[in-house]
Amino acid sequence: MESFFSRYRNALVLIAVLLAQTLGLAVQVRRTLPGQPDRGPVRLIRYWMVSLVAPPERVAHGTGSVSRSWWMNYVDMVHVRRQNRELQAEIDRMKLQEASLAEDALEGQRLKQLLDFKGKYVYQTVAAQVIGASGADQSRVLYIDKGSHDGIKADMPVITPDGIVGKTRDVFPHTSQVLMISDPASGAGVVLETTRIRGVLRGNAMGQPEIVNVMPDERIKAGEKVVTSGGDQIFPRGLPVGTVEKMVDDPDHEPMQDVLIKPGANLAQLEEVLVVTSTGDQMPKQDQKDLDQAELDNMQQRASDILAERLPSRVDPNAPPLEQQGATSDNLADVTRPMRPLQALHPDRYSPDETPPAADLTPGAHSPDVSSGKNVAPMSAAQMPAAKPRGPKLVPSDGSVPPPHRTPATVLPGTGAPKTAATPRTTVAPRTPAAVPKTTTAPRTVTAPRTTTPVQVAPKPSAPKPGAPKSGAPKAAAPVKHKGPEIVPSDGSTPPPHKTAPATPQGAL
Amino acid sequence: MALMSTSRREAERSGYPTFLYFLVPLAAVGIESFASLHFPRMASLDLPLLVTIYFALMLRSPIAGTFTGAIIGILQDALTRQPLGTFGICKAIIGYLAASLGVQIDTENPGARLLICIGFTLAHNGIYWLVVRHLLAQPFHWNWVHELVRALIDGVIGVVLFGLLDLAKQRDY
Repeated sequence: MESFFSRYRNALVLIAVLLAQTLGLAVQVRRTLPGQPDRGPVRLIRYWMVSLVAPPERVAHGTGSVSRSWWMNYVDMVHVRRQNRELQAEIDRMKLQEASLAEDALEGQRLKQLLDFKGKYVYQTVAAQVIGASGADQSRVLYIDKGSHDGIKADMPVITPDGIVGKTRDVFPHTSQVLMISDPASGAGVVLETTRIRGVLRGNAMGQPEIVNVMPDERIKAGEKVVTSGGDQIFPRGLPVGTVEKMVDDPDHEPMQDVLIKPGANLAQLEEVLVVTSTGDQMPKQDQKDLDQAELDNMQQRASDILAERLPSRVDPNAPPLEQQGATSDNLADVTRPMRPLQALHPDRYSPDETPPAADLTPGAHSPDVSSGKNVAPMSAAQMPAAKPRGPKLVPSDGSVPPPHRTPATVLPGTGAPKTAATPRTTVAPRTPAAVPKTTTAPRTVTAPRTTTPVQVAPKPSAPKPGAPKSGAPKAAAPVKHKGPEIVPSDGSTPPPHKTAPATPQGAL
Repeated sequence: MALMSTSRREAERSGYPTFLYFLVPLAAVGIESFASLHFPRMASLDLPLLVTIYFALMLRSPIAGTFTGAIIGILQDALTRQPLGTFGICKAIIGYLAASLGVQIDTENPGARLLICIGFTLAHNGIYWLVVRHLLAQPFHWNWVHELVRALIDGVIGVVLFGLLDLAKQRDY
C-alpha cells in the first residue's frame, strides 16, 4: 500500500486537488430559488484578491488620467474653438427642440398622473471610473473605483449617457464589480422602441448583447432603438440600450429568434460610468425645473411669434431689403413659425374676413359678391362699419390669445370706398419703396387668421377693450381719421405710421 | 534529440527569490486585468497561464506545479464572476503536465518553449471549454481559428516572458 501511494503520489495529489475544486464548484453553483438572491455573500478570497489588485490599478489609472488630462487640456487644443461654436449651435438647436417637446412631456406627466402610472426616475447617481476588468473572455465584468463607502450596493444600475452598461454585482468598501450586459449571466428587461416588443437582454457566448427568445416578426428592422422596459426592477424605464443589428435563429429554441443588439455604450472602451443609487416615482426637482424652463421658453416663443405678427414695426428699419439679402418668402420660413393657409386667388363669400359682420347684413338681402363686385346691394350709412366693433368676437376655444386681426379687405359696397391696403407682414416687411409692390401684390395679410384653430362665438362685447387682442371678426377701428383700420399694439408702444396701399377700384380684383 | 534534457546543468533545479513566487503571479493577474480594460485584444493573452507554465517547468515537480497552477487559477477566478475553481482546475492540470514535461526536455530552448506554450495554451482552453460547457453548463463558443491564433500569440509572448523571468533566476550548482 505504501508503495502504491509513493509510486502514484503525484497523480493522487493532482486528483485530490481537482476533486476539491470540483466540489467547490458544486457548492458555489446552485439553483436559485424564487425569492432568494442569485448568489451568496462575497467570498473572502475575492475580497483579498480585489484588495490586492485594485489599489495598483487605481494608481495606474489615476496616473494615466492625469497624463491624458494634461495632454488634452493644455496641449491638444487645436480644434477647440470650432468645436465650441458647433456645440453652441447644437445647444441652441436643442433648446428649440426642448421647448417644442416640453408641452408633450407635460401632457405625458398629466396622463401618467391620471392613470396612476408609477414611473421610475433617476434621482441620484454616483460617477465612477473604470479601473479594471476581469481579464477573461468569458467573464464580462468591470471594476469601478466606488464601493460601499460611496453608497453603492449590489444590483444597482450602471449607465452612461449613451446607454446602459450593467449592474453592480459584488461590492467592496472602495471597489465594486460591474456585470456588463454583454455577459451571458446578465439580464435586463428591454423593449423595442417602435414595435414595443419586449424581451430579455443578455450577452451571448461571443460577448454581444442579444434579446433572446423573440417570436419572428417582420416589423423588427435593423437600426431600431432599444430601451429598458423597467420590468427587471433594476434599470429604470426608458434608458437607452442600443440599436437592433440583426436577427438570428435560436438553435436551442426553434422557431424563436434572437435579436442581436449593438450597445449604445462603448462597452469595450469605458472610462467613466454612472451608478444609479436612487430612483423614485416622482420627477426629480432638477428635471422638473428644466421642464418648466422649457415650457416657459416655449410660451415666450409663441408670445413673441404673436407679437411679431401684431407689430409690423418691430422690424429693423435699417435692415436691408429682401432683394438685397437674396431672401425669399420660402427660405425665410422658420421652423418655429406656425404655418398659415395661403390666400385665395379669388376670394368669395366663403373666404375668411371677406364677409361683413352678420349684424350688418339685412335679412333677405342678397349678399355681395366680393370677388367681382357684382350684385352688390347698397348699404346704408348705418350699416357701414363704425368705430364700435359690432361683429361677434371670435375667441379660440383653447383660451389662447387669438391672432391679430389682419386688416380685412373690407369692401364697402355701393360706396366705392377703396379697399383697405394690407398691412405689410411683420418680419418680411421692407421699408424701401421698391419692396412695397411685392408685399402688396402678395397680400398675405388679408389671409384669414388661422382657420385651423377651432373657434367659438363669444358674447358680443359691450365695448372694445383697449389693448385687447383683436378678434378675427372684421371690425373697423376709428374710421374717422383714416380709411384703414388702426392697429394698436397691446404693449402700448407707438404704432408705426400707417401705410396704405394705393386705392384699388372696386371690382378691380 | 536537441530538445531533450541531456546535460546535468539542464537538469538542475533552478532557484528563485521567494518573494517573486508571490509577486509574479499577482502581477500577472493584475496586469491582465488592467491591460484588457484598455486593450480589449489583451483578453486573448493569458499571462497567468504563461506564469504557471514557467514555474512548473522551472520547479520540475508535478506536485508543486499542481498547487502552483491551482493557486494562480483561483486568484484569476477571484477577479471574474465565475465560481472559484474554474481556472483553478485548468491550471492545476497544466501545471502538473508542464512540471512532468520539464523533467524530460530542455526547457531553456526558445523553440521548445514556443511549442510548449502553444500546446499548453490549446490544452488549457480545451479543459476550460469542458469545465464551462459541461460542468457549469454555460454557453461557450469554440472557434478553432480563434484558439489557434490565441495559442500562437501566447507562444510568442511566452518566449519573451520566459526570457525576462530567467533574469531573476538563481541557479544551484
